[in-house]
Amino acid sequence: MKLASLLLAGMLALSPHIHAANDAADPLESARWGDMRKEFFGDQTVVFDTRVEVTAPLTAENPMNVPVAVNAAALPDVREVVVFADFNPIVRILEFTPGAAEASLAFRIKLQQSSPVRAAARTGDGVWHVGGTWVTTTGGGCTVPSTGSASPEWQSRLNEVNGRMWSRQGQGERVRLRIIHPMDTGLAPSVPAFHIESLVLADEKTELMTIRTFEPVSENPLFTIDLAPGTDPARIRVTGRDNNGNRINAWVTR
Amino acid sequence: MGDAMMRHLRTLAAVSLMLVTALIAAADFDYGLSPRQVAEDTWVVVGRNEDFSFENGGNIVNSAFIVTSEGVVVIDSGPSRRFGEQLRAAIARITDQPILRVLNTHHHPDHFLGNQAFPAASLAALAGTIEGIRRDGESFNENMYRLAGDWMLGTEVTVPGQDIEPGPLTVGEHRLELLALDGHTGTDLAVFDRTTGVLFAGDLLFHDRAPTTPHANIPRWLASIAVLEALPVKVLVPGHGAPTTGSEPISQTRNWLEWLQQTIRSGAESGLDLTEMLDRPLPADEARLAVSAAEYRRSLSHLYPAAEQQALEHGAAGHAH
Ligand SMILES: [Zn+2]
Repeated sequence: MKLASLLLAGMLALSPHIHAANDAADPLESARWGDMRKEFFGDQTVVFDTRVEVTAPLTAENPMNVPVAVNAAALPDVREVVVFADFNPIVRILEFTPGAAEASLAFRIKLQQSSPVRAAARTGDGVWHVGGTWVTTTGGGCTVPSTGSASPEWQSRLNEVNGRMWSRQGQGERVRLRIIHPMDTGLAPSVPAFHIESLVLADEKTELMTIRTFEPVSENPLFTIDLAPGTDPARIRVTGRDNNGNRINAWVTR
Repeated sequence: MGDAMMRHLRTLAAVSLMLVTALIAAADFDYGLSPRQVAEDTWVVVGRNEDFSFENGGNIVNSAFIVTSEGVVVIDSGPSRRFGEQLRAAIARITDQPILRVLNTHHHPDHFLGNQAFPAASLAALAGTIEGIRRDGESFNENMYRLAGDWMLGTEVTVPGQDIEPGPLTVGEHRLELLALDGHTGTDLAVFDRTTGVLFAGDLLFHDRAPTTPHANIPRWLASIAVLEALPVKVLVPGHGAPTTGSEPISQTRNWLEWLQQTIRSGAESGLDLTEMLDRPLPADEARLAVSAAEYRRSLSHLYPAAEQQALEHGAAGHAH
Protein backbone atom coordinates (compact mmCIF):
# COMPACT_ATOMS: atom_id res chain seq x y z
CA MET A 1 0.00 0.00 0.00
CA LYS A 2 2.99 2.29 0.48
CA LEU A 3 3.65 2.09 -3.26
CA ALA A 4 0.03 2.87 -3.94
CA SER A 5 -0.02 6.04 -1.85
CA LEU A 6 3.27 7.20 -3.34
CA LEU A 7 1.85 6.74 -6.81
CA LEU A 8 -1.29 8.60 -5.84
CA ALA A 9 0.67 11.51 -4.42
CA GLY A 10 2.85 11.58 -7.52
CA MET A 11 -0.11 11.70 -9.85
CA LEU A 12 -1.74 14.53 -7.96
CA ALA A 13 1.47 16.55 -7.97
CA LEU A 14 1.98 16.04 -11.70
CA SER A 15 -1.58 17.06 -12.53
CA PRO A 16 -1.79 20.34 -14.45
CA HIS A 17 -4.85 21.32 -12.38
CA ILE A 18 -3.30 21.39 -8.95
CA HIS A 19 -1.07 24.39 -8.43
CA ALA A 20 0.54 26.22 -5.57
CA ALA A 21 -0.78 29.57 -4.37
CA ASN A 22 0.92 31.52 -7.17
CA ASP A 23 -2.07 30.79 -9.42
CA ALA A 24 -4.73 30.57 -6.72
CA ALA A 25 -6.79 33.45 -8.09
CA ASP A 26 -8.27 31.22 -10.79
CA PRO A 27 -11.00 29.05 -9.25
CA LEU A 28 -10.45 26.50 -12.03
CA GLU A 29 -6.67 26.49 -11.38
CA SER A 30 -5.78 26.33 -15.04
CA ALA A 31 -2.12 26.62 -16.04
CA ARG A 32 -3.29 28.69 -19.02
CA TRP A 33 -5.27 31.30 -17.08
CA GLY A 34 -2.42 33.85 -17.13
CA ASP A 35 -2.25 33.66 -20.93
CA MET A 36 -6.03 33.80 -21.25
CA ARG A 37 -6.19 36.89 -19.09
CA LYS A 38 -3.52 38.62 -21.16
CA GLU A 39 -5.05 37.65 -24.50
CA PHE A 40 -8.67 38.51 -23.76
CA PHE A 41 -8.52 41.33 -21.23
CA GLY A 42 -5.09 43.03 -21.33
CA ASP A 43 -4.99 45.31 -18.30
CA GLN A 44 -8.77 45.71 -17.93
CA THR A 45 -10.39 44.81 -14.59
CA VAL A 46 -11.27 41.12 -14.29
CA VAL A 47 -13.17 39.46 -11.45
CA PHE A 48 -14.25 35.84 -10.98
CA ASP A 49 -18.00 35.97 -10.53
CA THR A 50 -20.36 33.06 -9.89
CA ARG A 51 -23.18 35.12 -11.41
CA VAL A 52 -21.72 34.14 -14.78
CA GLU A 53 -22.91 30.54 -15.04
CA VAL A 54 -21.39 28.13 -17.53
CA THR A 55 -23.25 24.82 -17.71
CA ALA A 56 -21.64 21.88 -19.48
CA PRO A 57 -21.34 18.16 -18.75
CA LEU A 58 -18.49 17.21 -16.41
CA THR A 59 -17.53 14.57 -18.97
CA ALA A 60 -18.29 15.21 -22.63
CA GLU A 61 -19.53 12.10 -24.43
CA ASN A 62 -18.90 13.55 -27.89
CA PRO A 63 -15.94 15.97 -28.20
CA MET A 64 -17.34 17.19 -31.55
CA ASN A 65 -20.58 18.31 -29.96
CA VAL A 66 -20.21 19.44 -26.34
CA PRO A 67 -23.30 21.25 -25.08
CA VAL A 68 -22.57 24.54 -23.30
CA ALA A 69 -25.01 27.08 -21.81
CA VAL A 70 -23.86 30.51 -20.68
CA ASN A 71 -26.07 32.60 -18.42
CA ALA A 72 -24.98 36.04 -17.26
CA ALA A 73 -28.52 37.36 -16.85
CA ALA A 74 -28.03 37.76 -13.09
CA LEU A 75 -25.56 40.60 -13.81
CA PRO A 76 -26.87 44.11 -14.48
CA ASP A 77 -26.10 45.89 -17.76
CA VAL A 78 -24.20 43.21 -19.67
CA ARG A 79 -22.72 44.72 -22.84
CA GLU A 80 -20.81 41.79 -24.27
CA VAL A 81 -19.97 38.14 -23.46
CA VAL A 82 -16.86 36.26 -24.65
CA VAL A 83 -16.63 32.44 -24.47
CA PHE A 84 -13.31 30.57 -24.63
CA ALA A 85 -11.62 27.26 -23.71
CA ASP A 86 -8.09 27.51 -22.25
CA PHE A 87 -6.68 24.32 -23.78
CA ASN A 88 -8.29 24.36 -27.22
CA PRO A 89 -5.94 24.89 -30.19
CA ILE A 90 -8.27 27.77 -31.10
CA VAL A 91 -9.29 29.17 -27.74
CA ARG A 92 -11.89 31.74 -28.83
CA ILE A 93 -15.30 30.07 -29.30
CA LEU A 94 -17.84 32.86 -29.66
CA GLU A 95 -18.86 36.33 -28.54
CA PHE A 96 -22.32 37.75 -28.17
CA THR A 97 -23.93 41.08 -27.54
CA PRO A 98 -27.37 40.90 -25.96
CA GLY A 99 -29.68 43.58 -27.32
CA ALA A 100 -33.28 42.97 -26.27
CA ALA A 101 -32.37 39.33 -25.51
CA GLU A 102 -31.24 38.14 -22.12
CA ALA A 103 -27.51 37.76 -21.53
CA SER A 104 -27.71 34.02 -22.01
CA LEU A 105 -26.94 31.69 -24.89
CA ALA A 106 -26.67 27.92 -25.35
CA PHE A 107 -24.65 26.30 -28.14
CA ARG A 108 -22.36 23.29 -28.91
CA ILE A 109 -18.59 23.30 -29.19
CA LYS A 110 -15.66 21.15 -30.32
CA LEU A 111 -13.03 20.33 -27.69
CA GLN A 112 -9.59 19.02 -28.55
CA GLN A 113 -8.80 17.97 -24.97
CA SER A 114 -10.08 18.44 -21.42
CA SER A 115 -10.29 22.15 -20.69
CA PRO A 116 -11.96 24.89 -18.69
CA VAL A 117 -14.78 26.44 -20.70
CA ARG A 118 -15.24 30.04 -19.60
CA ALA A 119 -17.52 32.97 -20.23
CA ALA A 120 -16.56 36.57 -19.50
CA ALA A 121 -19.30 39.21 -19.34
CA ARG A 122 -18.40 42.89 -19.62
CA THR A 123 -20.77 45.15 -17.69
CA GLY A 124 -21.41 48.85 -18.35
CA ASP A 125 -18.71 49.88 -15.87
CA GLY A 126 -16.09 48.12 -18.00
CA VAL A 127 -15.47 45.24 -15.57
CA TRP A 128 -15.15 41.69 -16.96
CA HIS A 129 -16.95 39.07 -14.86
CA VAL A 130 -15.60 35.56 -15.46
CA GLY A 131 -17.28 32.21 -14.77
CA GLY A 132 -16.52 28.74 -16.06
CA THR A 133 -16.40 25.00 -15.61
CA TRP A 134 -14.04 22.13 -16.41
CA VAL A 135 -15.07 19.71 -19.13
CA THR A 136 -13.27 16.36 -19.32
CA THR A 137 -13.12 14.68 -22.71
CA THR A 138 -11.16 12.07 -24.66
CA GLY A 139 -10.73 14.89 -27.14
CA GLY A 140 -9.82 15.21 -30.79
CA GLY A 141 -12.87 17.36 -31.58
CA CYS A 142 -10.97 20.10 -33.42
CA THR A 143 -8.81 18.11 -35.82
CA VAL A 144 -11.56 15.93 -37.29
CA PRO A 145 -13.06 17.13 -40.57
CA SER A 146 -16.80 17.90 -40.49
CA THR A 147 -19.19 15.30 -41.88
CA GLY A 148 -20.31 18.08 -44.24
CA SER A 149 -16.87 18.47 -45.77
CA ALA A 150 -16.90 14.78 -46.71
CA SER A 151 -20.26 14.81 -48.49
CA PRO A 152 -21.49 17.13 -51.22
CA GLU A 153 -25.06 17.17 -49.82
CA TRP A 154 -24.67 20.13 -47.51
CA GLN A 155 -23.71 22.43 -50.37
CA SER A 156 -27.28 22.72 -51.58
CA ARG A 157 -28.43 23.44 -48.01
CA LEU A 158 -25.52 25.65 -46.88
CA ASN A 159 -26.70 28.38 -44.50
CA GLU A 160 -30.24 27.02 -44.42
CA VAL A 161 -31.89 27.99 -41.12
CA ASN A 162 -34.36 25.88 -39.15
CA GLY A 163 -35.82 27.72 -36.21
CA ARG A 164 -38.72 27.88 -33.85
CA MET A 165 -40.02 30.02 -31.00
CA TRP A 166 -41.55 28.91 -27.73
CA SER A 167 -43.33 30.91 -25.07
CA ARG A 168 -41.70 30.64 -21.64
CA GLN A 169 -44.98 31.24 -19.79
CA GLY A 170 -44.78 34.95 -19.07
CA GLN A 171 -40.98 35.01 -18.93
CA GLY A 172 -40.52 36.00 -22.55
CA GLU A 173 -39.87 33.96 -25.65
CA ARG A 174 -37.31 31.25 -26.33
CA VAL A 175 -35.78 31.06 -29.80
CA ARG A 176 -33.88 28.02 -31.05
CA LEU A 177 -32.21 27.95 -34.42
CA ARG A 178 -29.94 25.64 -36.32
CA ILE A 179 -27.91 26.59 -39.38
CA ILE A 180 -26.50 24.09 -41.87
CA HIS A 181 -22.76 24.75 -42.01
CA PRO A 182 -19.68 22.47 -41.80
CA MET A 183 -17.82 24.84 -39.42
CA ASP A 184 -14.45 23.36 -40.40
CA THR A 185 -11.63 24.49 -38.11
CA GLY A 186 -8.82 24.39 -40.69
CA LEU A 187 -6.92 22.04 -38.36
CA ALA A 188 -7.90 18.80 -40.12
CA PRO A 189 -5.42 17.89 -42.88
CA SER A 190 -6.27 19.58 -46.22
CA VAL A 191 -9.67 20.90 -45.06
CA PRO A 192 -9.52 24.72 -44.97
CA ALA A 193 -11.20 26.77 -42.24
CA PHE A 194 -14.81 27.39 -43.24
CA HIS A 195 -17.11 28.75 -40.60
CA ILE A 196 -19.91 31.19 -39.84
CA GLU A 197 -18.54 34.52 -38.60
CA SER A 198 -21.57 36.55 -37.68
CA LEU A 199 -25.26 36.26 -36.91
CA VAL A 200 -27.73 39.01 -36.11
CA LEU A 201 -31.18 38.33 -34.67
CA ALA A 202 -33.68 41.16 -34.94
CA ASP A 203 -37.41 41.74 -34.83
CA GLU A 204 -39.18 44.41 -36.93
CA LYS A 205 -37.95 47.21 -34.64
CA THR A 206 -34.82 46.26 -32.72
CA GLU A 207 -31.75 44.13 -32.64
CA LEU A 208 -32.16 41.20 -30.24
CA MET A 209 -28.69 39.70 -30.25
CA THR A 210 -25.47 39.72 -32.26
CA ILE A 211 -23.31 36.58 -32.22
CA ARG A 212 -19.76 36.30 -33.58
CA THR A 213 -18.77 32.67 -34.02
CA PHE A 214 -15.34 31.10 -34.42
CA GLU A 215 -13.98 27.71 -35.54
CA PRO A 216 -14.67 25.73 -32.31
CA VAL A 217 -18.46 26.11 -32.64
CA SER A 218 -19.85 22.69 -33.69
CA GLU A 219 -20.96 21.70 -37.18
CA ASN A 220 -24.54 22.74 -38.01
CA PRO A 221 -24.60 25.17 -35.06
CA LEU A 222 -27.63 25.20 -32.81
CA PHE A 223 -28.35 28.24 -30.65
CA THR A 224 -30.83 28.74 -27.83
CA ILE A 225 -31.67 32.37 -27.05
CA ASP A 226 -34.09 33.67 -24.44
CA LEU A 227 -35.78 37.01 -25.01
CA ALA A 228 -36.59 39.29 -22.07
CA PRO A 229 -40.22 39.39 -20.88
CA GLY A 230 -42.16 41.99 -22.86
CA THR A 231 -40.30 41.45 -26.13
CA ASP A 232 -42.92 39.57 -28.02
CA PRO A 233 -42.00 39.51 -31.68
CA ALA A 234 -44.26 37.70 -34.15
CA ARG A 235 -41.19 36.75 -36.15
CA ILE A 236 -37.43 37.15 -35.98
CA ARG A 237 -35.05 37.83 -38.81
CA VAL A 238 -31.70 36.03 -38.80
CA THR A 239 -28.94 37.47 -40.98
CA GLY A 240 -25.25 36.71 -41.12
CA ARG A 241 -22.34 35.45 -43.19
CA ASP A 242 -19.48 32.97 -43.17
CA ASN A 243 -15.77 33.56 -43.76
CA ASN A 244 -16.22 32.88 -47.49
CA GLY A 245 -18.81 35.62 -47.80
CA ASN A 246 -21.85 33.32 -48.09
CA ARG A 247 -24.96 35.00 -46.68
CA ILE A 248 -27.46 33.81 -44.11
CA ASN A 249 -30.91 35.34 -44.35
CA ALA A 250 -34.03 33.74 -42.86
CA TRP A 251 -37.14 34.36 -40.77
CA VAL A 252 -37.96 32.36 -37.68
CA THR A 253 -41.61 32.27 -36.66
CA ARG A 254 -43.64 30.59 -34.00
CA MET B 1 -13.68 27.99 -4.33
CA GLY B 2 -16.32 26.93 -6.81
CA ASP B 3 -18.27 23.71 -6.88
CA ALA B 4 -16.74 22.96 -10.24
CA MET B 5 -13.27 22.99 -8.74
CA MET B 6 -14.27 20.63 -5.97
CA ARG B 7 -15.97 18.32 -8.42
CA HIS B 8 -12.88 18.36 -10.55
CA LEU B 9 -10.62 17.54 -7.62
CA ARG B 10 -12.91 14.73 -6.63
CA THR B 11 -12.90 13.29 -10.15
CA LEU B 12 -9.15 13.57 -10.29
CA ALA B 13 -8.71 11.81 -6.97
CA ALA B 14 -11.16 9.11 -8.03
CA VAL B 15 -9.35 8.58 -11.33
CA SER B 16 -5.96 8.40 -9.61
CA LEU B 17 -7.29 5.92 -7.09
CA MET B 18 -8.77 3.84 -9.89
CA LEU B 19 -5.42 3.73 -11.67
CA VAL B 20 -3.66 2.59 -8.51
CA THR B 21 -6.29 -0.06 -7.80
CA ALA B 22 -6.03 -1.22 -11.40
CA LEU B 23 -2.24 -1.52 -11.15
CA ILE B 24 -2.62 -3.78 -8.14
CA ALA B 25 -5.65 -5.79 -9.31
CA ALA B 26 -4.49 -6.19 -12.87
CA ALA B 27 -1.04 -7.55 -12.12
CA ASP B 28 -2.11 -10.99 -13.38
CA PHE B 29 -5.03 -9.82 -15.60
CA ASP B 30 -7.27 -12.61 -14.36
CA TYR B 31 -10.94 -12.01 -15.14
CA GLY B 32 -11.87 -14.81 -12.72
CA LEU B 33 -14.39 -16.26 -15.17
CA SER B 34 -16.55 -18.94 -13.62
CA PRO B 35 -19.29 -20.36 -15.88
CA ARG B 36 -22.72 -20.69 -14.28
CA GLN B 37 -24.95 -23.50 -15.53
CA VAL B 38 -28.41 -22.14 -16.48
CA ALA B 39 -29.89 -25.20 -18.25
CA GLU B 40 -28.82 -28.60 -19.54
CA ASP B 41 -25.52 -28.25 -21.51
CA THR B 42 -25.80 -24.47 -21.15
CA TRP B 43 -23.41 -22.15 -19.32
CA VAL B 44 -23.11 -18.40 -18.88
CA VAL B 45 -20.13 -16.31 -17.80
CA VAL B 46 -21.86 -13.36 -16.18
CA GLY B 47 -20.19 -9.92 -16.36
CA ARG B 48 -20.56 -7.10 -13.87
CA ASN B 49 -23.26 -4.47 -14.17
CA GLU B 50 -20.72 -1.67 -14.53
CA ASP B 51 -19.10 0.64 -17.05
CA PHE B 52 -15.83 -0.36 -18.72
CA SER B 53 -12.94 0.39 -16.39
CA PHE B 54 -9.26 -0.26 -15.66
CA GLU B 55 -10.53 -2.24 -12.71
CA ASN B 56 -12.90 -4.66 -14.47
CA GLY B 57 -10.88 -4.84 -17.71
CA GLY B 58 -14.08 -4.75 -19.75
CA ASN B 59 -15.70 -7.72 -18.01
CA ILE B 60 -19.19 -6.21 -18.02
CA VAL B 61 -20.74 -8.50 -20.60
CA ASN B 62 -22.26 -12.00 -20.69
CA SER B 63 -20.70 -14.77 -22.77
CA ALA B 64 -22.47 -18.11 -23.05
CA PHE B 65 -21.84 -21.56 -24.47
CA ILE B 66 -23.80 -24.69 -25.31
CA VAL B 67 -21.98 -28.02 -25.13
CA THR B 68 -23.31 -30.41 -27.80
CA SER B 69 -22.23 -33.80 -29.12
CA GLU B 70 -20.98 -32.05 -32.26
CA GLY B 71 -18.94 -29.42 -30.45
CA VAL B 72 -19.32 -26.21 -28.45
CA VAL B 73 -21.35 -23.21 -29.63
CA VAL B 74 -20.12 -19.95 -28.05
CA ILE B 75 -22.29 -16.85 -28.00
CA ASP B 76 -20.18 -13.65 -27.77
CA SER B 77 -16.45 -13.77 -27.14
CA GLY B 78 -15.96 -10.89 -24.69
CA PRO B 79 -14.05 -7.59 -24.63
CA SER B 80 -10.39 -8.63 -25.17
CA ARG B 81 -7.96 -11.30 -26.35
CA ARG B 82 -7.23 -12.20 -22.71
CA PHE B 83 -10.95 -12.59 -22.02
CA GLY B 84 -11.32 -14.86 -25.06
CA GLU B 85 -8.37 -16.99 -23.92
CA GLN B 86 -9.72 -17.27 -20.39
CA LEU B 87 -13.20 -18.08 -21.70
CA ARG B 88 -11.74 -20.83 -23.85
CA ALA B 89 -9.85 -22.21 -20.85
CA ALA B 90 -13.03 -22.10 -18.74
CA ILE B 91 -14.87 -24.06 -21.46
CA ALA B 92 -12.05 -26.63 -21.57
CA ARG B 93 -12.44 -27.18 -17.82
CA ILE B 94 -16.06 -28.22 -18.43
CA THR B 95 -15.85 -30.21 -21.66
CA ASP B 96 -13.27 -31.62 -24.04
CA GLN B 97 -15.56 -31.05 -27.01
CA PRO B 98 -13.93 -28.81 -29.62
CA ILE B 99 -15.11 -25.27 -30.39
CA LEU B 100 -17.54 -25.59 -33.29
CA ARG B 101 -19.00 -22.10 -33.65
CA VAL B 102 -18.47 -18.67 -32.10
CA LEU B 103 -21.41 -16.36 -32.82
CA ASN B 104 -21.09 -12.59 -32.33
CA THR B 105 -24.55 -11.18 -31.56
CA HIS B 106 -23.63 -7.66 -32.75
CA HIS B 107 -20.66 -5.44 -33.55
CA HIS B 108 -20.09 -3.84 -30.13
CA PRO B 109 -16.52 -4.34 -28.86
CA ASP B 110 -17.36 -6.30 -25.69
CA HIS B 111 -19.12 -8.92 -27.83
CA PHE B 112 -16.40 -9.71 -30.39
CA LEU B 113 -12.91 -8.59 -29.25
CA GLY B 114 -12.28 -12.05 -27.73
CA ASN B 115 -12.60 -13.66 -31.22
CA GLN B 116 -8.83 -13.82 -31.60
CA ALA B 117 -8.62 -16.64 -29.03
CA PHE B 118 -10.88 -18.97 -31.06
CA PRO B 119 -10.27 -20.95 -34.28
CA ALA B 120 -10.73 -18.60 -37.25
CA ALA B 121 -13.02 -21.08 -39.00
CA SER B 122 -15.43 -21.11 -36.05
CA LEU B 123 -16.16 -17.34 -36.13
CA ALA B 124 -19.57 -16.42 -37.52
CA ALA B 125 -22.08 -13.56 -37.45
CA LEU B 126 -24.90 -12.01 -39.46
CA ALA B 127 -23.69 -10.11 -42.56
CA GLY B 128 -24.54 -6.69 -41.06
CA THR B 129 -22.49 -7.47 -37.96
CA ILE B 130 -19.48 -8.53 -40.04
CA GLU B 131 -19.76 -5.28 -41.97
CA GLY B 132 -20.02 -3.32 -38.69
CA ILE B 133 -16.91 -5.00 -37.25
CA ARG B 134 -15.03 -4.21 -40.45
CA ARG B 135 -16.14 -0.58 -40.37
CA ASP B 136 -15.91 0.29 -36.64
CA GLY B 137 -13.77 -2.51 -35.17
CA GLU B 138 -10.46 -0.63 -35.15
CA SER B 139 -11.82 2.50 -33.53
CA PHE B 140 -13.74 0.41 -30.95
CA ASN B 141 -10.54 -1.49 -30.14
CA GLU B 142 -8.59 1.77 -29.69
CA ASN B 143 -11.32 3.12 -27.47
CA MET B 144 -11.28 -0.05 -25.35
CA TYR B 145 -7.55 0.50 -24.71
CA ARG B 146 -8.44 3.95 -23.40
CA LEU B 147 -11.19 2.56 -21.15
CA ALA B 148 -9.66 -0.72 -19.93
CA GLY B 149 -5.89 -0.17 -20.33
CA ASP B 150 -3.44 -3.06 -20.29
CA TRP B 151 -6.16 -5.70 -20.01
CA MET B 152 -6.44 -5.10 -23.76
CA LEU B 153 -2.76 -5.84 -24.57
CA GLY B 154 -2.39 -7.87 -27.74
CA THR B 155 -6.06 -7.56 -28.70
CA GLU B 156 -6.61 -7.34 -32.45
CA VAL B 157 -9.85 -7.06 -34.37
CA THR B 158 -10.69 -10.50 -35.79
CA VAL B 159 -13.53 -10.32 -38.32
CA PRO B 160 -15.73 -13.44 -38.50
CA GLY B 161 -15.21 -15.14 -41.85
CA GLN B 162 -18.59 -16.84 -42.02
CA ASP B 163 -21.87 -15.01 -42.47
CA ILE B 164 -24.80 -16.92 -41.10
CA GLU B 165 -28.37 -17.03 -42.35
CA PRO B 166 -31.23 -16.50 -39.90
CA GLY B 167 -33.47 -19.52 -39.31
CA PRO B 168 -33.22 -22.96 -37.73
CA LEU B 169 -29.82 -24.52 -37.05
CA THR B 170 -29.45 -27.95 -35.52
CA VAL B 171 -26.22 -28.61 -33.64
CA GLY B 172 -25.97 -32.09 -32.10
CA GLU B 173 -29.17 -32.57 -30.14
CA HIS B 174 -29.88 -28.82 -29.86
CA ARG B 175 -32.43 -27.24 -32.19
CA LEU B 176 -31.41 -23.56 -32.35
CA GLU B 177 -33.32 -20.71 -33.96
CA LEU B 178 -31.22 -17.77 -35.18
CA LEU B 179 -33.24 -14.54 -35.20
CA ALA B 180 -32.00 -11.57 -37.24
CA LEU B 181 -33.33 -8.48 -35.43
CA ASP B 182 -32.21 -4.87 -34.98
CA GLY B 183 -32.65 -1.74 -32.89
CA HIS B 184 -29.85 -1.98 -30.35
CA THR B 185 -27.59 -1.75 -33.42
CA GLY B 186 -28.34 -2.06 -37.13
CA THR B 187 -28.02 -5.87 -36.89
CA ASP B 188 -28.74 -7.83 -33.70
CA LEU B 189 -28.69 -11.61 -33.49
CA ALA B 190 -30.74 -13.44 -30.88
CA VAL B 191 -30.33 -17.20 -30.43
CA PHE B 192 -33.23 -19.28 -29.12
CA ASP B 193 -32.50 -22.88 -28.12
CA ARG B 194 -35.82 -24.71 -28.68
CA THR B 195 -34.41 -27.81 -26.97
CA THR B 196 -33.74 -26.12 -23.61
CA GLY B 197 -35.92 -23.00 -23.87
CA VAL B 198 -32.91 -20.73 -23.31
CA LEU B 199 -33.00 -17.37 -25.11
CA PHE B 200 -29.63 -15.63 -25.71
CA ALA B 201 -30.90 -12.13 -26.35
CA GLY B 202 -27.63 -10.27 -26.89
CA ASP B 203 -27.98 -6.57 -26.10
CA LEU B 204 -31.63 -6.48 -27.12
CA LEU B 205 -32.21 -7.14 -23.41
CA PHE B 206 -30.51 -5.75 -20.30
CA HIS B 207 -31.18 -6.87 -16.73
CA ASP B 208 -30.93 -4.50 -13.74
CA ARG B 209 -28.69 -2.31 -15.87
CA ALA B 210 -29.56 0.68 -18.03
CA PRO B 211 -29.42 -0.11 -21.79
CA THR B 212 -26.74 1.49 -23.96
CA THR B 213 -27.72 3.38 -27.10
CA PRO B 214 -24.73 4.50 -29.22
CA HIS B 215 -26.23 2.87 -32.35
CA ALA B 216 -29.83 2.53 -31.24
CA ASN B 217 -33.05 2.92 -33.16
CA ILE B 218 -35.62 2.82 -30.36
CA PRO B 219 -38.77 2.04 -32.39
CA ARG B 220 -36.95 -0.86 -34.13
CA TRP B 221 -35.59 -2.05 -30.79
CA LEU B 222 -39.07 -2.11 -29.23
CA ALA B 223 -40.34 -4.12 -32.20
CA SER B 224 -37.53 -6.65 -31.69
CA ILE B 225 -38.40 -6.97 -27.99
CA ALA B 226 -41.98 -7.84 -29.01
CA VAL B 227 -40.61 -10.67 -31.19
CA LEU B 228 -38.54 -12.06 -28.28
CA GLU B 229 -41.46 -11.78 -25.88
CA ALA B 230 -43.53 -14.11 -28.08
CA LEU B 231 -41.03 -16.99 -27.74
CA PRO B 232 -41.67 -19.84 -25.24
CA VAL B 233 -38.67 -18.87 -23.11
CA LYS B 234 -37.70 -20.79 -19.97
CA VAL B 235 -34.39 -19.05 -19.22
CA LEU B 236 -33.50 -15.61 -20.45
CA VAL B 237 -29.83 -14.66 -20.93
CA PRO B 238 -29.52 -10.90 -21.46
CA GLY B 239 -26.42 -9.26 -23.00
CA HIS B 240 -25.74 -7.55 -19.68
CA GLY B 241 -27.03 -8.55 -16.24
CA ALA B 242 -27.91 -11.84 -14.58
CA PRO B 243 -29.69 -14.67 -16.45
CA THR B 244 -33.19 -15.27 -15.12
CA THR B 245 -36.22 -17.54 -15.40
CA GLY B 246 -38.38 -14.42 -15.06
CA SER B 247 -39.25 -11.74 -17.61
CA GLU B 248 -37.79 -8.66 -15.86
CA PRO B 249 -35.21 -8.01 -18.61
CA ILE B 250 -38.10 -7.58 -21.07
CA SER B 251 -40.12 -5.18 -18.93
CA GLN B 252 -37.07 -3.26 -17.71
CA THR B 253 -35.55 -2.78 -21.17
CA ARG B 254 -38.90 -1.84 -22.72
CA ASN B 255 -39.81 0.59 -19.93
CA TRP B 256 -36.43 2.28 -20.10
CA LEU B 257 -36.57 2.69 -23.88
CA GLU B 258 -40.15 3.98 -23.86
CA TRP B 259 -39.35 6.44 -21.09
CA LEU B 260 -36.17 7.59 -22.85
CA GLN B 261 -37.95 8.07 -26.16
CA GLN B 262 -40.78 10.00 -24.54
CA THR B 263 -38.39 12.16 -22.48
CA ILE B 264 -36.31 13.04 -25.51
CA ARG B 265 -39.31 13.79 -27.76
CA SER B 266 -41.11 15.96 -25.25
CA GLY B 267 -37.89 17.77 -24.29
CA ALA B 268 -37.11 18.66 -27.88
CA GLU B 269 -40.73 19.55 -28.65
CA SER B 270 -40.88 21.95 -25.70
CA GLY B 271 -37.66 23.68 -26.73
CA LEU B 272 -35.35 22.49 -23.96
CA ASP B 273 -31.61 22.72 -24.56
CA LEU B 274 -29.39 19.66 -24.14
CA THR B 275 -27.75 21.20 -21.05
CA GLU B 276 -31.20 21.50 -19.44
CA MET B 277 -32.01 17.87 -20.32
CA LEU B 278 -28.72 16.61 -18.81
CA ASP B 279 -29.65 18.20 -15.50
CA ARG B 280 -32.93 16.35 -15.03
CA PRO B 281 -33.24 13.77 -12.25
CA LEU B 282 -34.35 10.25 -13.26
CA PRO B 283 -37.70 8.83 -12.15
CA ALA B 284 -37.38 6.20 -9.38
CA ASP B 285 -38.01 3.18 -11.65
CA GLU B 286 -35.27 4.19 -14.06
CA ALA B 287 -32.87 5.39 -11.34
CA ARG B 288 -32.92 1.89 -9.82
CA LEU B 289 -31.00 0.35 -12.75
CA ALA B 290 -27.20 0.17 -12.54
CA VAL B 291 -25.28 2.92 -14.41
CA SER B 292 -28.60 4.68 -15.09
CA ALA B 293 -27.45 8.29 -14.62
CA ALA B 294 -24.42 7.83 -16.89
CA GLU B 295 -26.40 5.95 -19.56
CA TYR B 296 -29.16 8.57 -19.54
CA ARG B 297 -26.57 11.30 -20.24
CA ARG B 298 -24.82 9.25 -22.90
CA SER B 299 -28.15 8.47 -24.54
CA LEU B 300 -29.02 12.17 -24.67
CA SER B 301 -25.73 12.83 -26.40
CA HIS B 302 -26.52 10.07 -28.95
CA LEU B 303 -30.21 10.73 -29.52
CA TYR B 304 -31.14 14.29 -28.53
CA PRO B 305 -29.56 16.11 -31.51
CA ALA B 306 -31.76 14.21 -33.99
CA ALA B 307 -34.88 14.92 -31.91
CA GLU B 308 -33.96 18.63 -31.75
CA GLN B 309 -33.43 18.73 -35.47
CA GLN B 310 -36.83 17.17 -36.05
CA ALA B 311 -38.53 19.61 -33.68
CA LEU B 312 -36.86 22.55 -35.44
CA GLU B 313 -37.58 21.36 -38.97
CA HIS B 314 -41.25 21.08 -38.07
CA GLY B 315 -41.17 24.66 -36.84
CA ALA B 316 -41.86 27.30 -39.49
CA ALA B 317 -38.67 28.82 -40.84
CA GLY B 318 -36.90 29.25 -44.10
CA HIS B 319 -34.99 31.57 -46.35
CA ALA B 320 -36.18 35.15 -46.57
CA HIS B 321 -36.34 36.66 -50.01
ZN1 LIG C 1 -24.16 -3.67 -27.41
